[in-house]
Amino acid sequence: MSLKRSDVERVAHLARLEVAESDIAEYARNLSNILGLMGQLEAVDTHGVKPMAHPLDAVQRLRADVVTETDQHEQFQAIAPKVADGLYLVPKVLE
Amino acid sequence: MYTKTIAQLAESLQKGEFSSEELTRTYLDRIEKLDSQVNAYVTVTVEQALAAAKAADARIKAGTAGPLTGIPIAHKDIFCTDGVRTSCGSKMLDNFVAPYDATVVSRFKEAGVVMLGKTNMDEFAMGSSNETSYYGAVRNPWDLNAVPGGSSGGSAAVVAARLAAASTGTDTGGSIRQPAALCGITGLKPTYGLVSRYGMIAFASSLDQAGPMAQSAEDCAIMLGAMAGFDERDSTSVERPATDYRVGLNNPLAGLKIGLPKEYFGEGLDADVARVVEAAIAEYKKMGAEVVEISLPNTSLAVPVYYVVAPAECSSNLSRFDGVRFGYRCEDPKDLMDLYKRSRGEGFGPEVKRRIMIGTYVLSAGYYDAYYLKAQKARQLISDDFKSAFEQVDVIMGPTAPTFAFNLGEKSDDPVTMYLSDIYTIAANLAGLPGMSIPAGFVGNRPVGLQLIGNYFDEARLLNVAHKYQQVSDWHSRVPKAFE
Repeated sequence: MSLKRSDVERVAHLARLEVAESDIAEYARNLSNILGLMGQLEAVDTHGVKPMAHPLDAVQRLRADVVTETDQHEQFQAIAPKVADGLYLVPKVLE
Repeated sequence: MYTKTIAQLAESLQKGEFSSEELTRTYLDRIEKLDSQVNAYVTVTVEQALAAAKAADARIKAGTAGPLTGIPIAHKDIFCTDGVRTSCGSKMLDNFVAPYDATVVSRFKEAGVVMLGKTNMDEFAMGSSNETSYYGAVRNPWDLNAVPGGSSGGSAAVVAARLAAASTGTDTGGSIRQPAALCGITGLKPTYGLVSRYGMIAFASSLDQAGPMAQSAEDCAIMLGAMAGFDERDSTSVERPATDYRVGLNNPLAGLKIGLPKEYFGEGLDADVARVVEAAIAEYKKMGAEVVEISLPNTSLAVPVYYVVAPAECSSNLSRFDGVRFGYRCEDPKDLMDLYKRSRGEGFGPEVKRRIMIGTYVLSAGYYDAYYLKAQKARQLISDDFKSAFEQVDVIMGPTAPTFAFNLGEKSDDPVTMYLSDIYTIAANLAGLPGMSIPAGFVGNRPVGLQLIGNYFDEARLLNVAHKYQQVSDWHSRVPKAFE
């Protein structure tokens, strides 16, 4: 499996990562090598095997539907890049 | 006093041979004098440490001290620490002062532990050499030209260099055991779910597990007692009765069945490392253990499965770093897309970006079945191998890593070669089993680790098996020349 420049650009866009033009070739080479490593899985017979998502046979624990957290937004927003009136600020989305 | 184990330090503190404040100052002085050689600390918390030491001394005086009260340790910088920068080795979180404590951190605080600081690590725990940190590489205290292993490289180095009595680490594919092996210390990755992951910055949530790193198995037992336990804030935390892991440390090993997977002693294993590991296993035979060859036939699939599953989970977990709520934000974003892309592009280093992209790729439309679903099925096969093995044996042994510590820069150009450093440790994470690395000897001046893998929740037995070896060997108590 060999990735082209356009594949790297597409994946970087999906992952919302800016990649410098000059680094794309190296990413294409490295990512292709990693996919090559994963290629070893193709030959494995997994017919009838149940996919394993979790190491223990656990089911999601449920808790009572009650409020357990207190309002700490001031503390949490103190470390935000930009806030005003309790809101996180980002560049204008709608004109 | 800095060469003592936790168990010895606790005794000295109890007897009043020295105070926690004196002990803490000793470590802080050593850190100031010696850490620049290894670059193992990212943050040293002098004031908090001294305040905690004074509080511990008061507890000791009042007779309310536990086995960890007043013991100075370091936390891997992946654990959130209230009011203290928690960088995860990344530019993305260089400005992040955590607003709360991880459960592991708060449990240690309750036990009266003194935090000396936060240790360097591979960025977001992604690496096997501690060379991907935003704060520069960590060096191996045994040989400053060598890597300490990763990703908990700083945590391993501070214990080896006696710049802390012990440390915490996390292990997603070997990140406690491999650096423990390369730095000549003892490290334990518990069963998945035993230690809370709350406040531990997530990398791959179905694999991540926190554990102790210390000089000895006895110290790991003491630490695990404080770390383990149910936490309702971690949905994968397991409810089990509390265990005193020290109780069975001296149980005799006569009749213990040790399995040696033939796949762990084949091609790719350094011949000198093999000799050291075999000599350690011979000691177990002398103690009455029975050694049998076993097979884990799907061993070769562990690395490829891991490099599908871990990046897939990482690409999802790391989507939270978006430059909006906390962490790094790029200068003058022109629109929201630019804000996301440049904040992430500038905030993450190359290895993290590679893994996010691989993860995004294997989860993207058209590739999910071929990679992710296939890997989850192969993961089941790996897990089944262990299930059959533990029907025959009590504990599995082998090398922790295929080689001793390699030189800085030696593997950093080729991710795939680097990934193979974790070939013997990854399978335990995929299966969710507990694993340990204990010092077993040296090749030249570079340490070698013996790996022990146990059945689910069999940490007490692993610690017993490790402790008995440490009663007949002294590798774990050796100190690198430059740090004596």
